[in-house]
Amino acid sequence: MGKFDGKKVVIIGDRDGIPGPAIEECMKTTGADVVFSSTECFV
Amino acid sequence: MNSVLKGSSFVLVHSPDMLVHSGTTQTTERIVNPSSEYLSKLPKYLRSFDDVVAYLPNQVYIGSKTPDDLAAAGSTWYDKPLKGANRFGPFGEIMPQDEFYMLMQACDAFDLVRLEKAFSDDVKVRFEKHPLVDEHLLAMVSDGIDIGDIMKVVNEEHAEGIYHDDKLVGYVKKAHDIDINLSAHVIFENLASKASCTLALMHLIKVTGISKNSVEYVIDCSEEACGDMNQRGGGNMAKAAAEIAGLSGASGADIRAFCAAPAHAVIHAAALVASGTYDNVVVAAGGSTAKLGMNGKDHVKKELPVMEDVMGGFAVLISKNDGKSPEILSAFTGKHSVGSGSSPQAVITALVTDPLDKMGLKIADIDKYSPEMQNPDLTKPAGAGDVPLANYKMIAALGVKRGELDRTDINAFTEKHGMIGWAPTQGHIPSGIPYLGFARNEMMSGNIERSMIIGKGSLFLGRMTNLFDGVSFIVQKNGGARPASDAVSEDTIKRLIAQSMRELAASMGVE
Repeated sequence: MGKFDGKKVVIIGDRDGIPGPAIEECMKTTGADVVFSSTECFV
Repeated sequence: MNSVLKGSSFVLVHSPDMLVHSGTTQTTERIVNPSSEYLSKLPKYLRSFDDVVAYLPNQVYIGSKTPDDLAAAGSTWYDKPLKGANRFGPFGEIMPQDEFYMLMQACDAFDLVRLEKAFSDDVKVRFEKHPLVDEHLLAMVSDGIDIGDIMKVVNEEHAEGIYHDDKLVGYVKKAHDIDINLSAHVIFENLASKASCTLALMHLIKVTGISKNSVEYVIDCSEEACGDMNQRGGGNMAKAAAEIAGLSGASGADIRAFCAAPAHAVIHAAALVASGTYDNVVVAAGGSTAKLGMNGKDHVKKELPVMEDVMGGFAVLISKNDGKSPEILSAFTGKHSVGSGSSPQAVITALVTDPLDKMGLKIADIDKYSPEMQNPDLTKPAGAGDVPLANYKMIAALGVKRGELDRTDINAFTEKHGMIGWAPTQGHIPSGIPYLGFARNEMMSGNIERSMIIGKGSLFLGRMTNLFDGVSFIVQKNGGARPASDAVSEDTIKRLIAQSMRELAASMGVE
């Protein structure tokens, strides 16, 4: 069983780090359920 | 022929009361939690004008100190005020808030801004002595009015108050009864941007020595939108600021692309000059009142001064090649395309290695990279990390992946090819551009050969696309090494000679 199987995931990406869509692509390869994904700019 | 970087100016405006009254972190807090601890504590954490002038990153911004000075002074600077610091520097100045209000009033073409009489009389004495304030500008300053009239317009007509030292000293009126795009808040924000852009233009004229009439086109690349309900982002901030700065021979237009706009604008300007359309194009931007105190809550929580207390502005003159000034290599720009992807590797490939590959250069062939140069003194306490350093690590990591650097070289690479950020978190202001003043100096004195300027933009903030954006351009010493793709290779010459000999032999055979 994978670490994210059945888990609901909220993604907050960082414009100058790892953006939301990139994290989302990674999470698609797990059993996670992405319920929210966004990228924020903190500067 | 490439265009050249003729010079640049950089200005800051001390804005403590605008931070309190116009910064969105504070205006939002007043709506959702008006009796918050943050709002009550905030005034105690505001810096004085002298503190702001003595702050080392600000002195780097106006060119009195260098990025090397910043690196040599440790990893925090709010606690190391400079002695004897001056508000004026080689690239521009740090203007006090009260003088800036007078400049804002002078920039108002619709009688929407008025200052209180005693305040106005007091400031005018100093404003008149400003080295760049001339008769043309002074003629646009209105007489002050009674405080009673100001209070009436603020309290009864939805005007925005202008505050200084926590006292009401003027107003900005709404410009329409219903249209929210012309509300007092929007007009205040736009006039602050226009006035700081104008100040940057005034300093650019001084720094470069260009005659005002020789500027043919101005591109404003700030983040504000001016227009009315039928054309919310109609523009043209560029021409509006050029008018006040006395650039009577200039037309202009605005480029908007979030924080990446300045890099986009320089690429446009360089192409306009290289193509022969214009000989002198200025890229300029004013500051953002909305972003003042953006991370103030974290600064106050950590008992630090609220350091996002300055608006920024800059102006860059791009001219026809003079054979001396650094060239902007129009044929070798980087761009994040719609299909580039959003992973850090995809972004750095599009912005950094794609143009280098086109030129036949390696990552280490760029002497200095200037990505977004946010000051880590402001961002680290807010949990936003060290943005320039994160970019340098990503560039170095891609170098390792490409086999151009060893993994153990990453730290040395970031130190040699990177810099510590010194720009205020004003969105578009840190976007690589703040290095242009130093880049020109370093290239003119032969210390460096080339630099890459990288702008990045958060398009998703406008909720029209989830895409990220970014563009980059290379500035190179005039007459510097030509890129490989510009030259004819030895193989090509051999092939051409062989082909000619075959043709000759064939023609002799026929005879």
